[in-house]
Amino acid sequence: MTDNLDQMLTRARAGRMSRREFMGRTTAMGVSAGIASALFAKVARADEPVRGGTMRLGLSGGESTNSLDPALAASPAPNVTAQTWGEKLVDVTADGSIDLRIADDISSSPDAGEWTFRIRQGVTFHDGSPVTAEDVVATYSRHTDENAQSGALGIVQGISEMKAEGDKLTLTLASPNADLPYLLADYHLQIQPGGGYDDPTAGIGAGPYKVVDFDPGVRISFARHEGYFDSSIGHADEIEYLIINDNTARTAALQSGQVHMINRVDPQIAELLRAAPGVQVKQVAGRGHYTFVMHCDTAPFDNNDLRMALKLAVNRQEMVEKILDGLGSPGNDFPINAAYPLFDDTIPQREYDPEAAAEYYRKSGHDGSPIIIRTASVAFPGAVDAANLYVESARAAGIPLEAKLEPDDGYWEDVWNIQPFSMSYWSGRPVQDQMYTTAYLSTADWNDTRFNNAEFDELLLKARGELDETARKAQYSRMAHILRDEGGLIVPMFNDFVDGVRDEVKGWYTDPNSELMNYRAAVRCWLG
Amino acid sequence: MTQVLKLLVQRIALGLLLLFLVSVVIFLGIEALPGDTAQAILGQSATPVALANLREALGLNLPPLTRYGNWLWGLLHGDLGNSLTNGRPIGPSIARRLGNTLFLASAAAMIAVPLALILGIIAARFAGRWPDKIISAVTLTTVSLPEFVAGYFVIYILTQLFPVFQPVSMVLPGMGFWAKLQAVALPVIVLVLVVLAHMMRMTRAAILNVMESAYIETAELKGLSPMRIIWRHAFPNAIAPIVQVVVLNLAYLVVGVVVVEVVFSYNALGQYLIDHVTKRDLPVVQAVGMIFATAYISLNILADVLAILANPRLRHPK
Repeated sequence: MTDNLDQMLTRARAGRMSRREFMGRTTAMGVSAGIASALFAKVARADEPVRGGTMRLGLSGGESTNSLDPALAASPAPNVTAQTWGEKLVDVTADGSIDLRIADDISSSPDAGEWTFRIRQGVTFHDGSPVTAEDVVATYSRHTDENAQSGALGIVQGISEMKAEGDKLTLTLASPNADLPYLLADYHLQIQPGGGYDDPTAGIGAGPYKVVDFDPGVRISFARHEGYFDSSIGHADEIEYLIINDNTARTAALQSGQVHMINRVDPQIAELLRAAPGVQVKQVAGRGHYTFVMHCDTAPFDNNDLRMALKLAVNRQEMVEKILDGLGSPGNDFPINAAYPLFDDTIPQREYDPEAAAEYYRKSGHDGSPIIIRTASVAFPGAVDAANLYVESARAAGIPLEAKLEPDDGYWEDVWNIQPFSMSYWSGRPVQDQMYTTAYLSTADWNDTRFNNAEFDELLLKARGELDETARKAQYSRMAHILRDEGGLIVPMFNDFVDGVRDEVKGWYTDPNSELMNYRAAVRCWLG
Repeated sequence: MTQVLKLLVQRIALGLLLLFLVSVVIFLGIEALPGDTAQAILGQSATPVALANLREALGLNLPPLTRYGNWLWGLLHGDLGNSLTNGRPIGPSIARRLGNTLFLASAAAMIAVPLALILGIIAARFAGRWPDKIISAVTLTTVSLPEFVAGYFVIYILTQLFPVFQPVSMVLPGMGFWAKLQAVALPVIVLVLVVLAHMMRMTRAAILNVMESAYIETAELKGLSPMRIIWRHAFPNAIAPIVQVVVLNLAYLVVGVVVVEVVFSYNALGQYLIDHVTKRDLPVVQAVGMIFATAYISLNILADVLAILANPRLRHPK
């Protein structure tokens, strides 16, 4: 409860919660109205957002090959950029509920097959034109076009019909989906005037800041969009993103005050940085995780006993400590953790158990030939070290595991999803349905474990249209058990987002959706 | 003089032929790398349909010879084309970054070259004595440090311990000349440390070599001061090998400083090239490769010509 209250206080402090909302929610938690009122008055007075100044961020994950087209955003700098100039129909709040942005009302048919969104009045694009339901339809149809190469193609493909009538937007789905608003919060789906058909790279949206200069791989600068509809965010007059891919230089820039925040603090120096004056390290448990993937349809991994042996032979705790320097948590062989809504926390944590692994290995009747796991340093940070740790812990269980180092070049084309046992990562998805649909449904393009389980598929489709949360949670729990005990997926660890923030930055709150407060730290914080 | 002219024309023609060969080699090299632009762009998220669409859109389905021909034709017309990865025109992007590359290289050269010559002369004057030993020891130490280590040292000392400079050296439009100079101070320091020793050692060795000659002995016997002997009599005759080394280091300052660019997030050509190599963005790699090759080849031609001009025997052939 204290955590929740803290979070609410922070949000209230950041001006992201009205007095009424704050009172309603805190009294619901059992805080007396008098105390709640006093608390709100205190934070609201103590830390009013300050307007003005230039917020500078040093970002890792930007290249001179980046584009402003939000459909193509696939690394931190483009994602943060899109979340700065763009605005979406809805977003996901830090506590996992839907945050109404361009839509100000959502309703759905009882079977979740048809959704209606009301478009907020008075929202304008940077060019001054109003945001209409037609713009939203055009945006989504552009992402449906294969040629747009959109990272959100899998999401918009599920929409079979779109209709714009006045301020009403109606989306009909091919199959019911209770999570649709969460899917539409995807960072690729920034609403663009006319859908961005004319020039997808114009960088014109309805977001809180306008792009002033876009120099890919170097700097992206912004000025406040004065017509922005939500005055609770967008405090700095200007925002500057400097691309600093080198870890040491990025950290030094933060320490010297050249930038106010950085993303991707190197886990190995997080402890040292914590001790540095004027700087705080913000650590957020997110949905990103690292994976070892076995093809369930390829020998020897078509044998579930062998798969189980390999799962039990991973020393997860050791990997969290040595690969993530403690900035993460052990995985449980399904891609979901507590950062997801409807997570079942009663599923037991799988531990390193060399005896049980040896037992399963013996039962599998494997001929003793080497089992090869492919790795490369691009698979995830520390992947090669993780492979070596894994080989050692598997040897202790008598499993003849060998790691083969593959070149970084071509790893995603020639090794991952091709070789039967390799290393990879996922950055996670906002909801369970989307994560499972992306990679574990038997027909998924990225079914990198070649998992084919009829019960699992059926449950996934059923849960998608289930509006009763208890029933849905039970379905997801069952799916987690199936994948954990029969799947080809090993999740050794979930990695935390680790950001560095200077003391003069105010208004920071924990947002597990993604790094840098769901890519909007520069927009939500202010300089005090 | 006609001799020199003839030589110049010869060298330039040879240089152009070399450039053409370089362009072929770069093209073949990129072709030989595993994966193509479409795969590099889509990465882990590539689906077969998306790959096919992207290949079609980027013109990657055309035969290699046609693609090379198209590129060469464009180049001869001054059109470098658009980047395959983000569709932005290559020319303006390169112009901005080439300016930055040359700015950093010249700033470093302005300090490093005179400093190396002066230190080299001092070391030669006091050969074997303590000034020589100190100069040699210090410059050999700095040249032995890998650039990124030197970079991190400089960052630590000059931004954390004594916060004089900023660790990120980005040069942005709208910055004045002095602001730019201040921004590049740290990379300049590192580059000077890196290139100093080579030029200094060559200056010292070349002068000492000349100092062995009989005419220097004569000058000494005439009672000229050692510094005057070096400056007036030894140095002019040692110039040819020194120029060679200086120019080689200049070429390095233009084409070889990508590590320094990364450490200081300096937005110049090297980083731009690397980004596009990882994405197999052939037109950009070709264009930057050609610029680097041009810099290298023309600086080498310059070195040859200067060496000839510095040598009276070559300048006035019998």
